[in-house]
Amino acid sequence: MIAYILRRLAYAFPILLGVNLLTFALFFVVNTPDQMARVQLGDKHVTQEAVEQWKAQRGYDKPLFINSNEGQSALTDTIFFEKSLSLFVFDFGKSDEGRAIGADIQQRMWPSLALALPTFIVGISVNIIFALFIIMFRASVFDTAAMVFCVALMSISGVFYIFAGQFFFAKMWHLVPISGYLPGMDAWKFLILPVVIGVVSGIGGGTRLYRSLFLEEASKDYVRTARAKGVSELTVLFRHILPNGLIPILTSVVVVIPSLFMGSLLMESFFGIPGLGSYTLDAIQAQDFAVVRSMVFLGSVLYIVGLILTDISYTLVDPRVRLS
Amino acid sequence: MSELMMVKPVLLWSDVLVYLLLVSIILFFWQLKKNPVAAARWAAVFESRAGLASFVVIVFYLLIALTDSLHFREPLEQLEGQQEVHHSQEVSSVLDLILADLKAQDETTYSEPFAIYSFAKENMQDADGNVYRNFPRLKNAGSHLSSESELAGDIAARAGSAIAVSVLIALALCLLHYRLSGRHYPRVPWLSAYITFSLLLVASVTLLQLGKVYHVFGTDKVGADILYQSIKAVRTGVLIGTLATLLTLPLAVVLGISAGYFKGWVDDVVQYIYTTLSSIPGILLIAASVLLIDVYIETHPEDFNLVAYRADFKFLALCFILGMTSWTGLCRLLRAETLKVSQLDYVQAAHAFGVSHMRVIFRHILPNVMHIILISLVLDFSVFVLAEAVLSYIGVGVDPSMKSWGNMINEARAELSRDPVVWWSVGAAFIMMFILVLAANLFSDRVRDALDPRAR
Amino acid sequence: MALLTVENLSVQLLPGRHDDQPRTLVDNISFTLDSGEILALVGESGSGKSLTSLALMRLLPEVLAISSGAVTLGGDNLFALTENDMNRVRGKRMAMVFQEPQSSLNPVQTVGQQIAEVLNLHHSLSAQQTQQRVVDLLQEVGIPDPQQRAGWYPHQLSGGQKQRVMIAMALACEPELLIADEPTTALDVTIQKQILTLLNELRHKRQLAVLLITHDMGVVSEMADRVAVMRHGKIVEQAPAQDFFHAPKHEYSRMLIHSLPDRSHFLASPTQAALLELTDIKVWFPIRKGILQRVADYTRAVDGISLSIGRGETLALVGESGSGKSTAGRAILGLEALAGGSVSFDGQRIDGLSRTQFLPLRKRIQVIFQDPFSSMNPRMSVREILSEGMVSLGVQVADPEAEMRALLQKVGLEADHLDRYPHEFSGGQRQRLAIARAIAVKPELIICDEPTSALDVSIRLQVLNLLKDLQQELGLSYLFITHDLSIIPHIAHRIAVMKNGKILEQGTAQQVIEQPQHEYTRALLEAVPAMA
Repeated sequence: MIAYILRRLAYAFPILLGVNLLTFALFFVVNTPDQMARVQLGDKHVTQEAVEQWKAQRGYDKPLFINSNEGQSALTDTIFFEKSLSLFVFDFGKSDEGRAIGADIQQRMWPSLALALPTFIVGISVNIIFALFIIMFRASVFDTAAMVFCVALMSISGVFYIFAGQFFFAKMWHLVPISGYLPGMDAWKFLILPVVIGVVSGIGGGTRLYRSLFLEEASKDYVRTARAKGVSELTVLFRHILPNGLIPILTSVVVVIPSLFMGSLLMESFFGIPGLGSYTLDAIQAQDFAVVRSMVFLGSVLYIVGLILTDISYTLVDPRVRLS
Repeated sequence: MSELMMVKPVLLWSDVLVYLLLVSIILFFWQLKKNPVAAARWAAVFESRAGLASFVVIVFYLLIALTDSLHFREPLEQLEGQQEVHHSQEVSSVLDLILADLKAQDETTYSEPFAIYSFAKENMQDADGNVYRNFPRLKNAGSHLSSESELAGDIAARAGSAIAVSVLIALALCLLHYRLSGRHYPRVPWLSAYITFSLLLVASVTLLQLGKVYHVFGTDKVGADILYQSIKAVRTGVLIGTLATLLTLPLAVVLGISAGYFKGWVDDVVQYIYTTLSSIPGILLIAASVLLIDVYIETHPEDFNLVAYRADFKFLALCFILGMTSWTGLCRLLRAETLKVSQLDYVQAAHAFGVSHMRVIFRHILPNVMHIILISLVLDFSVFVLAEAVLSYIGVGVDPSMKSWGNMINEARAELSRDPVVWWSVGAAFIMMFILVLAANLFSDRVRDALDPRAR
Repeated sequence: MALLTVENLSVQLLPGRHDDQPRTLVDNISFTLDSGEILALVGESGSGKSLTSLALMRLLPEVLAISSGAVTLGGDNLFALTENDMNRVRGKRMAMVFQEPQSSLNPVQTVGQQIAEVLNLHHSLSAQQTQQRVVDLLQEVGIPDPQQRAGWYPHQLSGGQKQRVMIAMALACEPELLIADEPTTALDVTIQKQILTLLNELRHKRQLAVLLITHDMGVVSEMADRVAVMRHGKIVEQAPAQDFFHAPKHEYSRMLIHSLPDRSHFLASPTQAALLELTDIKVWFPIRKGILQRVADYTRAVDGISLSIGRGETLALVGESGSGKSTAGRAILGLEALAGGSVSFDGQRIDGLSRTQFLPLRKRIQVIFQDPFSSMNPRMSVREILSEGMVSLGVQVADPEAEMRALLQKVGLEADHLDRYPHEFSGGQRQRLAIARAIAVKPELIICDEPTSALDVSIRLQVLNLLKDLQQELGLSYLFITHDLSIIPHIAHRIAVMKNGKILEQGTAQQVIEQPQHEYTRALLEAVPAMA
């Protein structure tokens, strides 16, 4: 087990290196720092001095890969080393506006988590409960109607749920504030609407997926064995189908758990929650490449952690799986 | 006639691709004739009521997208003494000709659906020259009415006659089709197709008829007709849904099948590539890439001498990037399925007959993993249509000059906090999008049921 | 009065949207069963025998429905019970054992939990009593170290042990009736023997009525007191086993009985020069371990086997699952790399050849696979299937069209089948097609990898006869890979018995079958159910 995790971590390194090189290529080679500077400075007729000054302030005036300096600094005193490789030790550096990205992330990941974690947990629970309920009435009119309803829910744009939720709950009925955030216990007032919207917008797809997973289990031979033992329909559902169906469900959601820190771009910006999602969105809209680059790397790290957690979770919930 | 000769056709890259796509869809269904197994599976899709009805809706949207993909530039009026013809900077399409009535009716700012007065007060002068503020009459909507009291009656009369005529036309067309062709295929639930077709026909005729004298869905901030915008946005939606997958499809197919078939180091490399790409959060990859495209466009203005070229370039780039974030899933599925298929006895038999790798892949592997490709094509369609709205909202979507549902939502977003709310622009975009996505979802369900061996 | 009475039972497939008529799959069948008696319900695939058993338990899938009939168990009409009452009958008074022990156990519960579940449903025992009962039951069905194994998950047990657990579960509440649906079909012969013996013992000990559903006439002759033969949903003959085997009345019954090969006739071995010679060949698969995935050890799938096949000769390579027999076949075809040893064909070394170097040999060595449903590309027509090998190996024929039509007739199919697709054929026809595909390139040696084990008994003999006729006509040699000893006298000149990658014994068919030298061979032969 430990050897396995070590090996997986070792495999993760070349992948992160790939991500690192790819983002570096996108941000510094395809687009030169000169171009970035011109876009940032806005004016089409900026002077070359202004560009140089902008680059120097942010350390983008160094060579990309190899400095002509003698000695060790030939490799270290470069954009690649300072801006890209440094990410491996989670040294995110400064944003193009001069703020420390690492500190921003530490501060902003908690509101993100406060929104994403309840949405995630409530969402999965609701979907599983709905799917089980539908399975109880499988191959009936109720089943068909529920599936049509789920497809309709799935076909509605996520933005619509947000508009509708804000309009009715906040604007018309004044049940919750439209947007904003307060740290600490008072946060729930601001979080409840986005959590509900996040859950509702996921019901269609989630319920349908879980229903099909449960249906697949329900058609297996061991379910027939259980019925032949005289187990009642309801007990078959809860004691045999549910535990087996939960295995693919749990292991497939584990991969996103670490990424919950990253927050949701859409929700956070609509509801004014100062998390990493809105942080990223602000950076995108302000074309702050340093922040975007950091978030890309952070996202990849969390995804790979999620992959490893997925494999570990298999061994925990499925007796058939042993890691080697 | 001579005027028609003067128009200058414009061929955008996305036009080329969408017509290539049309040709390949037709070729695909045509080759089914030779393949009874696959033909029977597809027949199951069209023999289900939901499958057929949603297909009719998709074809309707596709036709709108196709007529909107025949572009040209109108000639400008010749100045005296000028020999050569100059063409407008604005690129129009055949659809614009059909919607000419809607397009021409600009107002100055917001107006509600079917309104004959503007949504905002303006300074006006009365007969005596006194300035006062009130809601002005709209220039192009309901100008034939003398007072608002006639409005409801007029709408009802116009809608009634449009519905009556179009119902008759629809009935005649359906009957004709049934006599000529439909009755030879008794297993196909034609009634659901006819009902869907008639509904679409009646709705479009009525909307266009009413649209001649009213703004059926209102107008936006600069007074442009919302109905016109939401119809023009159909092309963007349909194209993003198809091209995003198609542009990266070759990559997914080649890499996925090679990995599963050759195994060994090829497999290692392919797995490395798709794990690396899929580890980057999709929305960030898209955002980053679109920012870079913006930088490219800004620094190379000479390459894009028309707004339409710029928008089209950005659009295709967006499709490609969207595809890049999603091809890894298909690649992974194809790899797994190829691993499975290449262990099957018929592939082993082909090896025993000394059949070359290329032939094994094309004759034995590809046809037997085809269902995965097709299922993912139809499944991804609705995902991309919905994604466009989100991306445009975030500001990394299609070019603002291109009509799209996402852009409509984005523009209207700020106005939702107005009181009373300006809801119609968002509403129209959502309805148009919902119908397409719902049809696509229902259709992809049927396709999956019919093609996926596990679903049976 | 009989324990179980089935009267005029019919089962229908409910019509789909495009079918107007329901299809009758079980047609008006009646039989009875007494305590302590074994009734064998015999039939080939699609005869409706498994549906009958599911109908008795009222466990039919939703698309099927019981359209008429009555079933009485110990005086109670089962079809009149509510679902709740029926649940008190299932598992308590009648229990069932299924064909696939692999998939019939819940993978995430321990076997102890699964047996305890049925006990808790029908009895109120304390936890300790239940546990004790579970251990006793496992002991009774012959699971070694039952105390500990009760806590194991199904995947930790072997196939035979899983079937024993299924039987323990079925017998937990001491039912009056046991329905065993092909209980040994998925198992190796030696294991099959053990399970059948166990069932027989339990039946005597507990005065159990057993409805044994099977397609295997050997199993029937070994086990059954009475026999009912089913075909196309109908019972065509019902008789005591003795009478049935000595004087079958129905023609179909006679055919089934005669499909059991005669063990007293053997083929004389043609003495010819060796065509294929294997010398000490090894196929090893690496096992990787540790952080760096170094090769720590090998799975020795084929571990030094030597054999030779002469022209016009059939060598049967016999072994149970996992013995390495199929891997050996693949190694001869060059589809598996050798870890040692050599393969020569017609005097020429053919191991270690590259893909292109092997190409000329592909024409001379061909293969037929076990599963007729996966051995043909479903997207290709018969014409494409037949011509693929001919084209790729450059077989020169004057008129390919006429050649392919002749081939089809030669294997007993119609010449106009050329434009059909594989799914339009039955299993037996597909296997004929596979034979046609192999002989199309005019090979000298055909590797037959279990070519008949997926087929019904009546078809099996036809395919074997076809292979034998073709051997006579074309002078073919066969390497006949099989687990089924009963068909060997019919087809093989010589036999090699394989276990764990090694050949234990080799000789003429007569020698090996009549005077087996190795203990394992004897065990194998004893395990084959034969006519009493």
